Parts: sequence; C-alpha cells; structure tokens
Amino acid sequence: MDLQSFFNMGGYAQYVWPAYGLTALVLLWNWWAARRSETEAQTAAQRRNELARERST
Amino acid sequence: MWTWFHKLASPPHAYRILGNLAPWFGWASLALILVASWWGLVKAPADYQQGDGFRILYVHAPSAWMSMFAYVVMAVAAGVGLVWRIKLAHAAAAAVAPIGASFTFLALATGSIWGKPMWGTWWVWDARLTSELLLLFLYLGYMALRASFDDPQRADRASAVLALVGVINVPIIHYSVDWWTTLHQPASVTKLDKPSIQIAMLIPLFIMIAGFQLYFGWAVSRRLRGEILRRERNANWLKEAS
Repeated sequence: MDLQSFFNMGGYAQYVWPAYGLTALVLLWNWWAARRSETEAQTAAQRRNELARERST
Repeated sequence: MWTWFHKLASPPHAYRILGNLAPWFGWASLALILVASWWGLVKAPADYQQGDGFRILYVHAPSAWMSMFAYVVMAVAAGVGLVWRIKLAHAAAAAVAPIGASFTFLALATGSIWGKPMWGTWWVWDARLTSELLLLFLYLGYMALRASFDDPQRADRASAVLALVGVINVPIIHYSVDWWTTLHQPASVTKLDKPSIQIAMLIPLFIMIAGFQLYFGWAVSRRLRGEILRRERNANWLKEAS
C-alpha cells in the first residue's frame, strides 16, 4: 500500500484520522492525569513526613 | 484464603503491589495498542460497504466496551465498600470514575465521527446513543457527588449508592439495540452463536480491546496509589515508607 492512499483512507480521511487522533489524546490525558494524581499525593505525603520529623526533633 | 484477602486489601500491601504491577500493564498496553493500530489501519481489509471508514471501529468499539466495563468495576467496588466497609474498595471506585468517564466521552465522540459519513448525522436520540450519554452523566454525577462532601467517608457512602443505582444502565446500553429500533447497528461481535464479522477484521479488534484493558489497569493502579496516599495520611506505614 502506498503512503498517499494510506493517508487518504479511501476518502474517509476526514473521519478516520480525527477519530484516531482523539483516541490518542484521551489516552495521553489519562496517562498525564493518572501520573499527576499519584505524584501529587506522593509529594504531599513526603512533605507531611518531613514536617512531622522536624516537629519531633 | 481470607488472610490472603485481608493482606491484599490492606493499604500498604495494595500500594506496593499496584506499584509493581503498573509498569507491566503500561508497557504491555502500549505494545498491544500500537500493534492493533497498525493492524487495524493498514493490514485489515477494507469493509465491502463502508470501505476504509469502518476502521473507526477499532477505536470506537474498544472505548465503548471500556466505558461499560469500567462502570461495572466501579459499581462492584463501591458495593463491596458499602457492604463490607472496606476503604480500599471505595478508593478503587473513586480511582476508576475519571478513567471510565474519559472512555465514555471517547466512545460518544468516535461514534459521532463515524455516524456522520455512515448515517449522515453526528447525533441522533436513539436508545443506544442516549443511554451511553446517560452513562457519561452518571460518571460525572458520581464525581461531582464525591467532590461535594468534605468528609471522605460520607462521600464514599453517598457516591456508592449512586454508582449502584446507575449500574442498571449498563444492561440497558448493551441490549438497547435489540429492545428498541435504533439507528445504531446491533451487536456483531458479542453474539452468542457466531460473530458476523470476518476473522481478519476481528483479530485487531481483540488486540485493541486487550490493550485498552491493560491500559485501564495501568491508569487505575496509578490513581489508586494516589487515593491510598491521600486517605492514609496519618498511617504509620506511610511514615516509614517515605
């Protein structure tokens, strides 16, 4: 299959590519948001621990 | 068996196990999604009616499947939390909700994009589309309800009830195409007798579903670890861990 007909998607390019692009975006958003949710909680927990340690010394 | 279960449901163990599992889920899902995309976009034969337009199937059907799968996971976790008062189960339900909502949005959006060339319209109020839209509102309602409580335990209980009531919608979505006359086509893969699409078209679909499933596992693991940390803020194991 040549590249041009691949990108053309048999005339359905304007529907197929946005659908796949949107899928990539949603998956990327999930990746970013899940990572952020985890790391934010980790830094917050770490900070609490440091504060508690400082207070106890 | 029960000691094993209690160990698993204990936050420090769950936190550690999820942390070990997540990279496997992540890399496996990436590999499967890439393979399925190539297979679906390049290798699979064009449809005799829809031409290359049918290739939207490979992102639409898996996201629609995940939207319902995630809701059932969320409702079961919420139910377990409600009945046995397991905090980890409530945390899991809370972790699943935004992921499920994003897949529901994706199913609606890709369906709409597919509908335009095939049905001549972006949207129609038929039973399948309307019940799927209701699913999105259930996810959003669940998250809004959680956010409206300051006390996490009350948020857990109230949102769990909503999640359980809303689960009725899942079989309605699934059977909507049989119960009502819809523009949406009836099931072609999950039929009991024999799927009505070619095996060459089916293989990439199953690979994509497996990839999405693993991706869901990855995202839930990450979010659930965050939930555990937020809920266990005063626990001793946390102080030792970091």
